[in-house]
Amino acid sequence: MNFEPKIIAFLCNWCTYTAADAAGVARMEQPANVDVIRVMCTGRIEPMFVLKAFAEGADGVIVSGCHPPGDCHYTNGNFKTFRRMPLLERVLSQFGIEDGRFHWGWISGAEAPKWAELARTFTEQVRGLGPLNWKDQLASKED
Amino acid sequence: MAEKLKLALYWAASCGGCEIAIVELREKLLIVDQVADILFWPVAVDAKYKDVEAMPDGHIDVCLFNGAIRTSENEHLAHLLRKKSKVLVAFGSCANEGCMPGLANLYDRQSIFDYAYLESPSVDNPNKVVPQTQNKMPEGEIQIPKFYQTVKTLTQTVDVDYHIPGCPPQAPQIWAVIEAIVQGKLPAKGSVVGANEKTVCDECKHDRKEKAVKQFYRTYEIIPSSTQCLFDQGLICAGPATRGGCGALCTTVDVPCRGCYGPPPHVVDQGAALMSACASVVDADTEEEAARIVGGIADPIGTFYRFGLAASLLHRRKI
Amino acid sequence: MKKITIDPVTRLEGHGRIDIFLDDQGDVANAYMVIPELRGFEKFSQGRRVEELSDITPRICGVCPEAHHLASVKASDAVFHVDPPPAAKKLRELFYSAFYVADHTVHFYILGGPDFVMGPDAPVAERNILGVIHKVGVEIGTKVIEARGKAMDIIGMLGGRKIHPTFGLPGGVAKALSEEERTQVEATAKDSIEFALFSLQLFKDIVLANKGYLDLIMSPIFTMPTYYMGMVDEKNKVNFYDGKIRVVDPEGKEFAKYNASDYLDHVAERVEPWTYLKFPYLKKVGWKGLTLGKDSGVYQATPLSRLNASDGMATPKAQDAYEEMYKTFGAKPVHNLLATHWARLIELLYAAEHLLELSQDPGITDPKVRTIPTEKPTEGVGVVEAPRGTLTHHYITDEKGIVTKANLIVGTTNNYAAISIAVKQAAQGLIKKGVTVTEGILNRVEMAFRLYDPCFGCATHTLPGRMPLVINIMDQGGEVVRQIRRD
Repeated sequence: MNFEPKIIAFLCNWCTYTAADAAGVARMEQPANVDVIRVMCTGRIEPMFVLKAFAEGADGVIVSGCHPPGDCHYTNGNFKTFRRMPLLERVLSQFGIEDGRFHWGWISGAEAPKWAELARTFTEQVRGLGPLNWKDQLASKED
Repeated sequence: MAEKLKLALYWAASCGGCEIAIVELREKLLIVDQVADILFWPVAVDAKYKDVEAMPDGHIDVCLFNGAIRTSENEHLAHLLRKKSKVLVAFGSCANEGCMPGLANLYDRQSIFDYAYLESPSVDNPNKVVPQTQNKMPEGEIQIPKFYQTVKTLTQTVDVDYHIPGCPPQAPQIWAVIEAIVQGKLPAKGSVVGANEKTVCDECKHDRKEKAVKQFYRTYEIIPSSTQCLFDQGLICAGPATRGGCGALCTTVDVPCRGCYGPPPHVVDQGAALMSACASVVDADTEEEAARIVGGIADPIGTFYRFGLAASLLHRRKI
Repeated sequence: MKKITIDPVTRLEGHGRIDIFLDDQGDVANAYMVIPELRGFEKFSQGRRVEELSDITPRICGVCPEAHHLASVKASDAVFHVDPPPAAKKLRELFYSAFYVADHTVHFYILGGPDFVMGPDAPVAERNILGVIHKVGVEIGTKVIEARGKAMDIIGMLGGRKIHPTFGLPGGVAKALSEEERTQVEATAKDSIEFALFSLQLFKDIVLANKGYLDLIMSPIFTMPTYYMGMVDEKNKVNFYDGKIRVVDPEGKEFAKYNASDYLDHVAERVEPWTYLKFPYLKKVGWKGLTLGKDSGVYQATPLSRLNASDGMATPKAQDAYEEMYKTFGAKPVHNLLATHWARLIELLYAAEHLLELSQDPGITDPKVRTIPTEKPTEGVGVVEAPRGTLTHHYITDEKGIVTKANLIVGTTNNYAAISIAVKQAAQGLIKKGVTVTEGILNRVEMAFRLYDPCFGCATHTLPGRMPLVINIMDQGGEVVRQIRRD
């Protein structure tokens, strides 16, 4: 079986995006499965973005930004993130999206290896869960 | 004398509340009678499906279609009435967002079947009989419609000209739309009519201040103040994530809005908007505290997606 | 075999179809009232917060949301082991009485009434509320609209909105009644009593004074002896909001009287493959198929059933009307189905009188209307009389008050067996070889269900799933002689 998971990662410009960029420059091994979407702050991420990513075919989604309490470039943008994400996790679970398909956390600009590690392990984790393929699985269960 | 408007009203998977909403026009119903002929309205008029099938295409000027698409019969009528109507209006929350029937999308056909016909405490079914779409009876065949796995909205099924939100739409708003139809003053095709372009908060009379919620409460846990915003007090009120126009009636009796008028303008997924609104007002400066506060929200999906599950981005729980 | 289909049935709430099969002679071999709709409320109530069911279950029916709302709230009270304050209970009953005034008015004038005011053979275009208003005149039409409207205004006053009102909570109600509001309720109640008396007189003038209608009412085609169920207070008088459930046999003798929480000992539901609706029956009599009489567990729960199962009405004018009806028929119970329309108007009068009593109760404006639950939630049953029959909500929750199981036996569902028999009986009585089947005859077949004021949306709250393939091979009597399954 040749399933290649499609992972969408929403990364904040100042921290995790910088780490991902540095990891790339340093040629750290990262799977091609992760598509990165740069946002200025994880506080910009509405739950709707994550839901839409899954609805449009993502098998896994990552949200990652600056460590609270002090690293956020906009002071408390990431406070909004840690208020939203736990609630979103529960809703995703009630939608039947398995634990392990959605990851949220903090990776600073200086933690490039941590990003590469996350990209690798998360891709394998999602590979193990199999394709989510939301639109197709919806259509195939209808008759 | 102007020709009378040819009007039809139909209910798919619905509760009849949208019909009673028309009855709530009260004496204005007599005006409707003067300007329109009701060609088809099963709750009140004896016209049958065969009468609709016999009409030429486009014969009906306006069809107000309420109810979600749950069965093959609902789907058939959606297509039939689309064909026979010049203007098709998705009337009410079921047709627009899926409303309560849409909550069945949290389950699948098998589990719902098992409960209703085999597991329910009062069921007495030793032969494990279950409804079948085709039945050979001693006298002939009886068919019943097929139940689809997933509830769809009218908008997801056929081309819809206008949308009137609400569960049900409020009578003054229905009247405003009827007036617009009769006067030929409807806006561009695809518009939401019978509602405003703001949220319910705009019409609500409670005082809104800076929100800083340390704990969410369930309605039976507190007796809220009548003047302060209910959301400020920790009750989950869907007002900020719901289109306005209903008059904010629920909050006048200090009960939080549940979101029956659907998403506000430009919002694609009402549940996501309400989820975001709840999280945004959490008063927490640490991850642990934030997790604790939002952890106090029981049944998030049933709260945020009460009306809009079928129309949401994901549509249903994964089967 | 020829088949006549009435599709859809009209002037009721919900979806239905009548399939009439004719034999080679042209007589009716069988007629089936098929219910093609279901939505799944019992299942998707699982996982929901129990207090939210009073917002979710009213969407079973927008014609009687107040009934589901109160049954749900009562069940939630029981789940939380909480007793609402006296004013809250009185207000719920006041709210419910206003609803009965509005709803019984809707049925008589909009749903069932046109058959009598316009006549069963009137052209389709006239046989509806608008035809009725053209015939009786705008003045009376406006009177009906206003009477219903004022009663609905009371619902809106207490529940914010009139359709799917948000009024009750576990432990009480959302708001108290102010003195100003109380005065409005009192005035509306007095008007409602006048209107109910007017409606009863209209019924006598238009229906009872018309020999053709009287023949229809007395006809054996529309007569069915069954058990009768209804809620009664401690004096065995009809009560819509609270009390015990009483069942009398076809001869009028008390057969059972039980508390809401014991409903499972008394009622069970059967399943047929040709319809989505289940058939409740009395367990202690047993299921004998779609048959009538003392040996069959088929029962009715309608306004007529409530009157049959009671010892009278709790208010004076309604009691007079009750006595007049039974005197006219000369017997109790009354088995003439069309008398249900009469019983409905007697209940309209009772609801109006009771609304007045409650509006004048000294404690009705008490501001204390909420008790905050303190006990752990577990399980509870709430029963009210919906206009269309006894309504049962049964919830089981976890320790956080999240529903793990819900069971609903809804008004019209109680009557499904009886309706099926009535439709078949009417079809067989009216359609015979040699008779030209006119639209008016088919409408008379529909009148057999319409008197029940059915709410098939209510009845079909449940949803079936994808079934394993089962083929039942049945003999003439409907007995399964062989079953082929593919699971």
